[in-house]
Amino acid sequence: MNRTSATAVRPAGLRRSKGNRTVSRRIANTTAIVIALLTVFPLYWMVLSAFKPDGEINSVDPRPWTWHPTLSNFRDAFGVSGFGGYFLNSLIVATVVVVLSGLVAFLAAVALTRFNFRFRTTILVMFLVAQMVPVEALTIPLFFLVRDIGSVAPQFGLSTLGSLMLVNLAFSLPFAIWMLRGFVKAIPESLEEAARIDGANRFTILWRILFPLVAPGLAATSVFSFITAWNDFVFAKTFILDTDHQTLPAALMVFFKPDENDWGGIMAASTLMTIPVLIFFVLVQRHLVSGLGGAVKD
Amino acid sequence: MTATTTPARADRPTPASVRPRGGASKTKTGRRRSWMPFWLLLPSAVILIPLFGYPLYQLGLLSFLKFGQPQASAGEVAEFVGFDNYSTLLGDDQFWDVLFQTVVFAAACVVATLAVGAALAVLLTRIGKWPRLLLLFAALGAWAAPAMTGSTVWMFLFDTNLGLVNEVLGMQGHNWFYDKWSAFALVGVVVVWHSFPFVMISLYAGIESIPVSVLEAARLDGASTWTVFRHVMLPMLRPILTIVVIQSIIWDFKVFTQIYVMTGGGGIAGQNLVLNVYAYQKAFASSDYSLGAAIGVLMTLILLAVTIFYIRALRRSGEEL
Repeated sequence: MNRTSATAVRPAGLRRSKGNRTVSRRIANTTAIVIALLTVFPLYWMVLSAFKPDGEINSVDPRPWTWHPTLSNFRDAFGVSGFGGYFLNSLIVATVVVVLSGLVAFLAAVALTRFNFRFRTTILVMFLVAQMVPVEALTIPLFFLVRDIGSVAPQFGLSTLGSLMLVNLAFSLPFAIWMLRGFVKAIPESLEEAARIDGANRFTILWRILFPLVAPGLAATSVFSFITAWNDFVFAKTFILDTDHQTLPAALMVFFKPDENDWGGIMAASTLMTIPVLIFFVLVQRHLVSGLGGAVKD
Repeated sequence: MTATTTPARADRPTPASVRPRGGASKTKTGRRRSWMPFWLLLPSAVILIPLFGYPLYQLGLLSFLKFGQPQASAGEVAEFVGFDNYSTLLGDDQFWDVLFQTVVFAAACVVATLAVGAALAVLLTRIGKWPRLLLLFAALGAWAAPAMTGSTVWMFLFDTNLGLVNEVLGMQGHNWFYDKWSAFALVGVVVVWHSFPFVMISLYAGIESIPVSVLEAARLDGASTWTVFRHVMLPMLRPILTIVVIQSIIWDFKVFTQIYVMTGGGGIAGQNLVLNVYAYQKAFASSDYSLGAAIGVLMTLILLAVTIFYIRALRRSGEEL
């Protein structure tokens, strides 16, 4: 399929001589490889520097390799800076957000694709508009809201992981619903029809038929919910006032000192923070493109 | 990755085929009332109304009050001041500077992201399997990198004394963040690095989903490469292009983490502030919560205008919600 479409989008190529075509193909291949290497280079540099001994990091003659890989930067991060705790906090918040937003978004996506009701379009437009709201500006009223919630329900007040779960859940939902809609839409309704005729009730249809079929889409959607929660810097910075409950992005700022940055530590922490997202991306990458296609098209 | 684009093409229902299916059990006109969709939407409403809708309302309300440190911590009653915050803002030269910078920075990022993303999407269709996989996975890596870690790595690469870039260029001791526009340019590069993969992969999937037969038919009719591109491919890619453009505008207009982290909260003497960071600093650094809220409201209105344009563009290109 790839070969046919490649020639099809390059109709003029047929008219060119064969030798000419191989040369231009070779140039294109080389360009692509060079760009790919440039794109991953910062990530390579991050991982490399995380393993470099301090002496090489603080050398004014940095080299793109190391003969003395060391774990001391990671040990410092976990030992001195309490990185393990921040990592765990981030993981807890992100996991809760991913699970809850997946379930809630699935129900909403079914409502918006399988039913026709009065304010359906209005609600859809609202979900779209919600994605445009500058979240950082909302931090101001949310700060006071979270503070007030804290006096009623302490587990969701300032300096709690609960507060981060709540706000990240709210801000990942609109996009999750929007994206899941495409996946639900793509499932033929005849399956539910058949189940209905066989006497299945709505609950069974929802959880036994629709849910398993949407699962791959749910996985792709969950990446974005995960990223929202995992990458969140501004809420964590604003709501979490003690260091015990800090999450990774804001905790990374701990390594920044005026003029005396511990780059080895920063790179080790950055590497640890990037790995979970990278794994998640690679696991669901097959569904990512079609999922975005769905979110994009509908 | 390319394997999924094939089923996506087949599965993607045309707008015309969706409607009748949507009313399979009950026709659109004669449908019986059901409370089911409301039950299904209830969990979303329970989360979004208090945590999204209410703060949005509060943001608007705050912008009409005088709300500073005494009100925030001592619980003094906030005074209603009408449009005072807005007139303060509009009369402040720094606000106009920041607005100008935000627009220029966002526009430059959008243009660069789209140019790079589109060029690479086309490149992807013309290369062999292995270079393509390599480029796709490299892009996936940049896409997956959190804004925070992306910022730290690029800062390290461009560090004044220990950075690789200065070493290679023989410019040790040069501070890239000292000059306003060179700092903006550097942050811009990071933003583009983070966001071109979305554009590239979306457009590549779009190009791949154009049926080969359509292009062949055009070619048989004697259309030139340019004509095929202009009159066959471009119209078919328009819906994806629209989304990608608007999505980029929204993201780049709202850049926060990269600016905040890389320029240390807005640069030397606030020279690298963008609206988002400006609002945050006004509120949480200067404790002028109501002024920060007013900036937030103005930002929301600007983005809302973009959104309305976006929805209208979607409607015009024949998409339905």
